[in-house]
Amino acid sequence: MILSLKNTFAEIGDATLFAKRFFKEVFIPPYETKEFLKQCYYIGYKSFPLVAITGFIMGLVLTLQSRPTLVEFGAESWLPGMVALSLIREIAPVITALICAGKISSGIGAELGSMKVTEQIDAMEVSAINPYNYLVVTRILACTLMVPILVFFADAIGIIGGYVGINIHGDVNFYRYLSQIIQSLEFLDVIPATIKTFFFGFFIGMIGCYKGFTAANGTESVGRAANSAVVTASLTIFIIDMVAVQITDLFF
Amino acid sequence: MIKEKENTDETKSKEKKQAPIIEIKDLHKTFGGDNKVLKGVNLTVNKGEDLVILGRSGSGKSVTIKCIVGLIEPDKGEIKVFGENVLNLDKNELNKMRVRIGFLFQSAALYDSMSVRENLAFTLAAHKRDLSAEEIENEVMEALENVGLQDAVDKMPAELSGGMRKRIGLARTLILKPEIILYDEPTTGLDTITSREISELILDIKHKQKTSSIIITHDMACAKLTADRIMVLKEGVIHAEGTYEELEKDEDEWVRSFFE
Repeated sequence: MILSLKNTFAEIGDATLFAKRFFKEVFIPPYETKEFLKQCYYIGYKSFPLVAITGFIMGLVLTLQSRPTLVEFGAESWLPGMVALSLIREIAPVITALICAGKISSGIGAELGSMKVTEQIDAMEVSAINPYNYLVVTRILACTLMVPILVFFADAIGIIGGYVGINIHGDVNFYRYLSQIIQSLEFLDVIPATIKTFFFGFFIGMIGCYKGFTAANGTESVGRAANSAVVTASLTIFIIDMVAVQITDLFF
Repeated sequence: MIKEKENTDETKSKEKKQAPIIEIKDLHKTFGGDNKVLKGVNLTVNKGEDLVILGRSGSGKSVTIKCIVGLIEPDKGEIKVFGENVLNLDKNELNKMRVRIGFLFQSAALYDSMSVRENLAFTLAAHKRDLSAEEIENEVMEALENVGLQDAVDKMPAELSGGMRKRIGLARTLILKPEIILYDEPTTGLDTITSREISELILDIKHKQKTSSIIITHDMACAKLTADRIMVLKEGVIHAEGTYEELEKDEDEWVRSFFE
């Protein structure tokens, strides 16, 4: 028990140093722009269909589940605003981040872990290429940039899903639906939710890279790195979300 | 007086010529607290020389060459490459030195996500950022020509056989025109014919590019063909040293076991 706790703290310490190195190396040339754009494509574009489908279902299900309660209180007209608020403030950022943790963080963990055990990272090192700069900095940056964009799309598609959900039981014009949403939204609903998605993206990338980069030698450790990346990233997302909500409550 | 000075200069110049290109003194490395892998390795490699290190699995052969390129930090000892102590170099100085040292990994360690062309071009472009795409392509093709695999330029590493992977790994090493090449078991896992081809390639590279090498191997045919000198590593220390012919006649039973 004590040993396990000690190992956990040691790993948190290592991960912190790993993250600290990112902030140092991100400003040091060479800037691997090509690799960064490639990672943006893989992380952003390739994850879009999954995020889009999930976003649509989130909006649709949320509307269908909330409608009976609101109808009971005669507050059906609040439905568009409530769905949009729930999606933008909480559901879309967290669910999208969890999907990214499953898809991206595990993918990065497995990719870098496999590169580690097959000595590809060592090969870069002995060729005097900085593997941290090429593999880690580019992936963390791409995640930090792409996750917020994916969340933005999930919000938008979720709102369309909500519109479909409302129209299953009624007939609401799309422009009216949108105007109701815009009326119910405030600037401060969007900003804190958007800021936290950058943190989600950073930690999804960082944890995936850390787990892969520190994988032990042996093929078994590749699977372990991928699995551990998903679990740790998912847990971290909830912790960040909790902290973000507390901070938002405090200041806004 | 002048003649005396000339003689001194000549002696100095000869000494400089004969100075070892790699010099390792009293190298120690322990893993996990009690697994002592290197227990005081001493070795030298002279310019233009191919040194073969023989030894059973776990005797510390790979650890020794990984210490030379700074992949593993030794606990104690001195490693001089091109006259500079590797352990005293900062990151930039070490990287400058690494460009002059090629390393062929046992698994070839090709980048899986890149084609053969990209594997070579990536390494080259990382160091010569001012080269045009055409110049990079020419150098890539020249390196592939050296290993006889120009046709594989568009293949992915997964499509290559074990021997081809080793050759491409070697081409990737050669593209930076290293002065020293460290081979980590270059013929392991290959059939006899392919092993011989790789050994001949090592010899060919030595003659064409005037490189010095350390070759780690269990393959006696490879050792016989490539070695100028052989060192036998046993339990973390150099146990025997000599040419192939000398060691073949050695009376030490352990050394002879490699030749039987």
